[in-house]
Amino acid sequence: MVYKNIICPVCGAACDDVQVDLDTINRTIDVQNACKMGNAKFQEVVSSHRIVRPTIRENGKVKDVSWDEALEMAADILVKSRRPLFFLGSETSCEAQEVGLHIAEYLGGVADSNATICHGPTVMGIQESGMVGATAGQTKNRADMIVYWGVNALESMPRHMSRYGVFPRGYWTKRGRFDRTLITVDPRRTPTATASDLHLQINPNTDYELLSALFTILNGKEPHTSIEDITGIPISVMKQMVEMMKESNYVGIFVGLGVSSSYGKHRNIEMALNFVKEMNNYTKCNIGALRGHCNVAGFNQLASYLYGYPFGVDFMKGYPRYNPGETTTVDLLREKDVDAAFVMSADLVNHIPADSAKYLTEIPMICLDIAPCPSTTAADVVLPGVIDAMECDGTFYRLDNVPVHFEPFTDSPFPETKSNEETLKMLFEKVKAKKEA
Amino acid sequence: MSGTIAIKNGYVFDPLNEINGDKMDIFIRNGKVVTELSASEMKDAKEIDATGKTVMPGGVDSHSHVAGAKVNGGRMMRPEDHYKFYQKKTPITHSGCGYTVPSVYLGGYEYSKMGYTTVFEAAVPPMEARHTHEEMRSTPMLDMGGYLVLGNNWFLMRYFKEGNIEKAAAYVAWMLKTHKTYGIKCVNPAGVENWGWGENVGALDQANIHFEVTPEDIINGLAELNEMLGIPMPVHLHANNLGHPGCWEITRDSLKIPKNIRARPNTNVEWAETKMNPLRHESIYLTHCQFNAFGGTSWRDFESGVKGITDYVNAQDHIVMDSGCVPFGEATVMTGDGPAIHDLYVLTGHKWSNTDVECECGSGVLPFTYLKNNPVHSVQWAMGLEVLLYVKDAWKSIMTTDSPNGGPFIKYPQVIAWLMSNKARQDTFEECHKWAQDRSGLAAETREMTLNEIAIVTRANAARTIGMSHCKGTLAVGADGDVAIYDIDPKALEVSDYESIIRAFENAAYTIKDGQVVSQKGEIVAIPEKKTYYTDIAISADDEKNMLEDVRNWFKYYTIGFNNYPTPEKYLANPTPIRIDAEV
Repeated sequence: MVYKNIICPVCGAACDDVQVDLDTINRTIDVQNACKMGNAKFQEVVSSHRIVRPTIRENGKVKDVSWDEALEMAADILVKSRRPLFFLGSETSCEAQEVGLHIAEYLGGVADSNATICHGPTVMGIQESGMVGATAGQTKNRADMIVYWGVNALESMPRHMSRYGVFPRGYWTKRGRFDRTLITVDPRRTPTATASDLHLQINPNTDYELLSALFTILNGKEPHTSIEDITGIPISVMKQMVEMMKESNYVGIFVGLGVSSSYGKHRNIEMALNFVKEMNNYTKCNIGALRGHCNVAGFNQLASYLYGYPFGVDFMKGYPRYNPGETTTVDLLREKDVDAAFVMSADLVNHIPADSAKYLTEIPMICLDIAPCPSTTAADVVLPGVIDAMECDGTFYRLDNVPVHFEPFTDSPFPETKSNEETLKMLFEKVKAKKEA
Repeated sequence: MSGTIAIKNGYVFDPLNEINGDKMDIFIRNGKVVTELSASEMKDAKEIDATGKTVMPGGVDSHSHVAGAKVNGGRMMRPEDHYKFYQKKTPITHSGCGYTVPSVYLGGYEYSKMGYTTVFEAAVPPMEARHTHEEMRSTPMLDMGGYLVLGNNWFLMRYFKEGNIEKAAAYVAWMLKTHKTYGIKCVNPAGVENWGWGENVGALDQANIHFEVTPEDIINGLAELNEMLGIPMPVHLHANNLGHPGCWEITRDSLKIPKNIRARPNTNVEWAETKMNPLRHESIYLTHCQFNAFGGTSWRDFESGVKGITDYVNAQDHIVMDSGCVPFGEATVMTGDGPAIHDLYVLTGHKWSNTDVECECGSGVLPFTYLKNNPVHSVQWAMGLEVLLYVKDAWKSIMTTDSPNGGPFIKYPQVIAWLMSNKARQDTFEECHKWAQDRSGLAAETREMTLNEIAIVTRANAARTIGMSHCKGTLAVGADGDVAIYDIDPKALEVSDYESIIRAFENAAYTIKDGQVVSQKGEIVAIPEKKTYYTDIAISADDEKNMLEDVRNWFKYYTIGFNNYPTPEKYLANPTPIRIDAEV
């Protein structure tokens, strides 16, 4: 059967025009419009390496158990813990993350999500300086200049250029690419850089310096000549870039992890944001981050409106606290400040520093995921995940923080649960029952 | 029996029912106000002795920024606002933090402690309505709704340019239903679209770029279709040029535009039996008048321009407005008026966030501190109070701080004290910059509002203006059992002791929602059910079909598909449509 207007649950682009043809008898799926990343994920719905049964580890041996047993053991781990970490990953809905936050609050644990290891510094940069942004359609309809900074959009968010950034034929950009100038700032000669009109191939980890120099030029001053050696970019090219931006009618800047996770971290972002604010005195200029996972922006929104802080929310004192470097996942694990972990829809073990990962494997860990990965292998309890946007409905927040409601085209394969949200609700019931007993 | 309660011997202020401090009993059965309870019902009912206390309908805030993308933008960018102001979880409440931009749980509790039971979100960008509804759904203690931002909408601007008011009306009816919102908000008409190019508009007859419609076209068009459709509330206007010295004139002239449009609210609901006519007769509802009433020509000769507006309002019957008071201290300015916030960024250099929404609107957020020793801020403080005190008929005004723009809503008790007590105002004059006296007329104003007037500007008129007085803002038979009981004895009230007024309004002795005590002396004691109101206008299927053809054609300029655009009902807590049969 063919389903249209399906939301893709892979990256922050949240493409909403995917068409799938699901053959439930032969267990095949044909996907139209999605990129290769999207297509690969849609294959998960019929793949053979899905986690289909809950497991627990007993005396070092992994064994299949019923959902009820697995949830019981998970609740036991959480209730016995003095300070559990809830890593509420970004590949599931806000609805599931919300229940996770409620459990963390109830138990006095810590709730965090993928932003802590990706665009966390971007959020911290915003806390320093604010962000002048727009929904994606503004660049589509108006932008005659696009800047990709520290991001290889063509490969990391393949449809960004065609849907939002470079190629779309918008209201004032009827000729698509021909109506736009494209600048890329990247230490590597990526496909995105190759496709650009101007590529600033900066030395790695010199984003802060280059941004400062551009800011200086924008303010009508001359940067120090040493900047050429530091960044590898001639001052004349910097001036050219600033002039090109000022002469444009609408500049859309997109930053990636190259800015927020190279040396300088949130200070790079702060400088970029300040540059954009100042650029608005000359022309219209917006900035946005290319968010990696389908709902990584969602957790930031959700945690902010429920509890006031975008990530790293610590409930140990009975009220929300936030102190990146203290209440964030990597630091909590490195400092051995948590004694159990609940990891949902994210392969945490694979993405944090070795010391933190090592400690994570030593403490009791519950994992909720759709497919085997290092985290599920190290977990004491594994709960099978339901694939959002394919098997259940819910909400993602797109890269530009626009919420997208998704409807499923098939059902959860598990009679025990309809969605990750429901799994977490069942877990919360058990936690409450044990805690209040 | 839940939702059944008897409130005995309080001094009742119910302006819509023309009850002004009479000592009487209020009975609520199953969440609704009734004339009396039978003896058997009395046995099960909770009884509250309100002797020596003031009883009012539950507070209604008709303009507050409490939910949605820009509010959350403020939360996300301001951890410094949160860490000092927090609340621990209790067995029944969630924890939360945030002073000017509280997290949703905390916001709901704080409103409830002050005796408020109904709050309407001031601006809902259509494309982000799902976000606003998610936040409203999570906000406890309050019945809510939101106004849809339509003043710079591409579809509407095209229809206005063509002069096609019928299709524009059909579009608005469809949009309110699609995004489950309650009324029309018009922010800096024609100007926010120009902000898409970094520009603004400066005059009512200045056409904007490309769409070539003027602010006047938009205000007139929206006001006209608002009455064609019979929407419960008037067009809610945030006028052009906000925050610029001298903007009071354009504000007054904007108010003149819908003068001859007759209000025709057509709400198809059961009305509480109020003595006063609960239907609005105004065709325009101006918001945060203070921010739109700047006088002078620069910050150097800045002065209050309030009188120019209030003189006009006093002479006319088609205008109602809220004040946008400035109670000093921390604030977060946030509005759909992107260019206004950019100007504040240029002025202050503070951190600044902006989000333009494709084909629809924009927004900006910026932290702000109002200082008593700042000359302009002091005048703004005086102006907010002037707005309320200069309007002779309290039924033309509503008290707000445009929370959190002038200051957070938790400062309402302080504003009430200034309104009720000349001494409170004079004491503040002592503390603040002398411009407050020199550049405004407040120092000479001796009016002191009565408790009845306070009840009008904080609940009765807010509810009447937005067309919610069929169940809110009154204790008439049939109304919702929402009651606030304050520790104020009107017979013994000395307004010069304004600290006691602040204390009483900060923490209601009891806040009752749907006949259930939900908070008591600053403590949340129950989490009630809540409702979300939206306007559901029935228009002819043909009109809708014709209009939707245009919309579908133009949807290619969005980055979201037509099918994924609407806000499903699952984002609303107890969705409560207000049904209207449009006459178009």
